Amino acid sequence: MRNTFATTFYEAGQRDRRLAVVVADISPAGSLEKFRQEFPERFINVGVAEQIMIGMCAGMALRGLRPFAYTIATFALFRPFEFVRDDLCYNNLPVTVVGIGGGVTYSTLGGTHHAQEDIAIATALPNMAVIAPCDPAETREATLWCVQQERGPVYLRLGKAGEPLLTADAADSWAFGKIRYIRRGSDVCILSYGPILKLAAEVGSHLRSQGHTVSLVSVHTLKPLDVEGIADALRRHRHVIVIEETAPHAGLGPRVKEIAWETGARCRLDTFSLEDAFHHVYGSHGDLLAAHGLSVPSVLARLQSGPDGQEPPSSVSAAAARDRGSVTK
Amino acid sequence: MAELEGKTGFDVAAARRRCLGYRRRILDISQQVTALHAAPAFSCLEMVDAIYHGLMRRDPRRGNPGHFIDGFLMSKGHGCLAQYVILEDLGVLTKTDLDRYCTAAGRLGAHPDYGVPGIEASTGSLGHGMGVATGMAYADKLRGEGRRVHVLLSDGELQEGSTWEAIMMAANLRLGNLVAFLDLNDFSGLDRMSEKHPAFYPVADKVRAFGWEVAEANGHDAGAVVRAVAGRGGRQPFMVVGKTVKGRGVSFMEHVPIWHYRSPSKEEYAQAIVELAEVAS
Repeated sequence: MRNTFATTFYEAGQRDRRLAVVVADISPAGSLEKFRQEFPERFINVGVAEQIMIGMCAGMALRGLRPFAYTIATFALFRPFEFVRDDLCYNNLPVTVVGIGGGVTYSTLGGTHHAQEDIAIATALPNMAVIAPCDPAETREATLWCVQQERGPVYLRLGKAGEPLLTADAADSWAFGKIRYIRRGSDVCILSYGPILKLAAEVGSHLRSQGHTVSLVSVHTLKPLDVEGIADALRRHRHVIVIEETAPHAGLGPRVKEIAWETGARCRLDTFSLEDAFHHVYGSHGDLLAAHGLSVPSVLARLQSGPDGQEPPSSVSAAAARDRGSVTK
Repeated sequence: MAELEGKTGFDVAAARRRCLGYRRRILDISQQVTALHAAPAFSCLEMVDAIYHGLMRRDPRRGNPGHFIDGFLMSKGHGCLAQYVILEDLGVLTKTDLDRYCTAAGRLGAHPDYGVPGIEASTGSLGHGMGVATGMAYADKLRGEGRRVHVLLSDGELQEGSTWEAIMMAANLRLGNLVAFLDLNDFSGLDRMSEKHPAFYPVADKVRAFGWEVAEANGHDAGAVVRAVAGRGGRQPFMVVGKTVKGRGVSFMEHVPIWHYRSPSKEEYAQAIVELAEVAS
């Protein structure tokens, strides 16, 4: 995703001289290095100083440039938070804050580098748009949107590198502010976003292998949220599942529950997120997610247990029964 | 008789007359609302006057005297009454705007808000203005626009690490088009800096050590402020460290921290108006 962002930004930056990138001492991945070589005056490294990274972006935007602040998600959003809030959001300036390694992507670096609350924090900000693409193709679409937009600040939440392509055969094309069906079904609908959509797709194939039709949806734009699209998904499916890599209290799951309540949805609804905890675990990204209860077996096991002790629908119990042997604790 | 400052052509006597009028206007506003920062406005008034009337270049293509080529940010947002009364004088804000200060019917609050005429970015939270001004000055330089960006800081803002991040970066970028004004009144909201934070001094040396050109001046002498800026080299960012008195112009407000927030009572207002005179320097 990082490299796709860099290539897309570099190409756009060749055409649009207003585009600039301000980094806080993070090495320029992929084509960002080419951008730095060709347009050194539009590549600014402020050093290990995230507040001035955001402050400068605000001033540059006020003077007509279209700057991107770029660093690891925790340092792009958490460290300079009040600058993001006041300088970018309160002034409502077209600046994109690119957070690399959203969620627990940096799985060997410990909790200081985990942006596990970023969606809750970014979506709480007035004027802020929040986009979290699931794969390199969506990263390209989102970046192309960001380089052209004039509406205000954006938090663009990316993974790291090496994410697989998940949307090659997507049913829908990418559009800002709209949920995107990657696959359409009629029984179960899985809503997800960001690189963890890969896990959502795997859960979907398990359910599909039981003969159930499964929709897989990328909710790449977390704000503004496509409330109507989600309400429609809640109406059309008898079971909706949200899988996300963020803190449990203010991500997509709680929003889908709100929409379900407000629209009187009758479907079963299960939500999966990171836990409200710091886990002192190191390993692969998958290891970190598993420590938070996010793995295909553990998701299937929870789906089998049913909501609030109720009997699960036959579709899920059958799928989970088949996979019970692989459940790990 | 006009008292012109050498080659700058800045009329010092006129500045004194203006500032007396501005202080009266601020005191008048103080009787309408309780939300006021009179003392912080009084300490920076001559510097803001120098910026608007002596340094900001007017845009000849625009008729209104309030349209400027150069930029200004009131980083110490709580000093904005000084800016509002000058913007009123320039016709950028209306009398009604100021009469409705801090009321639901108006559009002016106790901190400057982007979108209000003459306000180039919202401030109020301390330690933001220098960073935004650095970005503005960099963009202007990059685009080859011969604009200057002026930014006025409180001394308390130099306690914010973010201000130093910006000071260092502005020097790295050699922003000769960035001119900062430090309102060195020696008071933060609670304490006297020289007593509670003596390591804050010497200020000018610290800023100089970060790669800035620095001049020290009496911050209540608008002519000296204009002259200091006119004499700068222009290859580095420049700061005028303006020695000021918090609450300047009203004896019982001077050096008294409570006036950072307080509005004068009816009796105090009457006394202040009576004793108000031109601030000589």
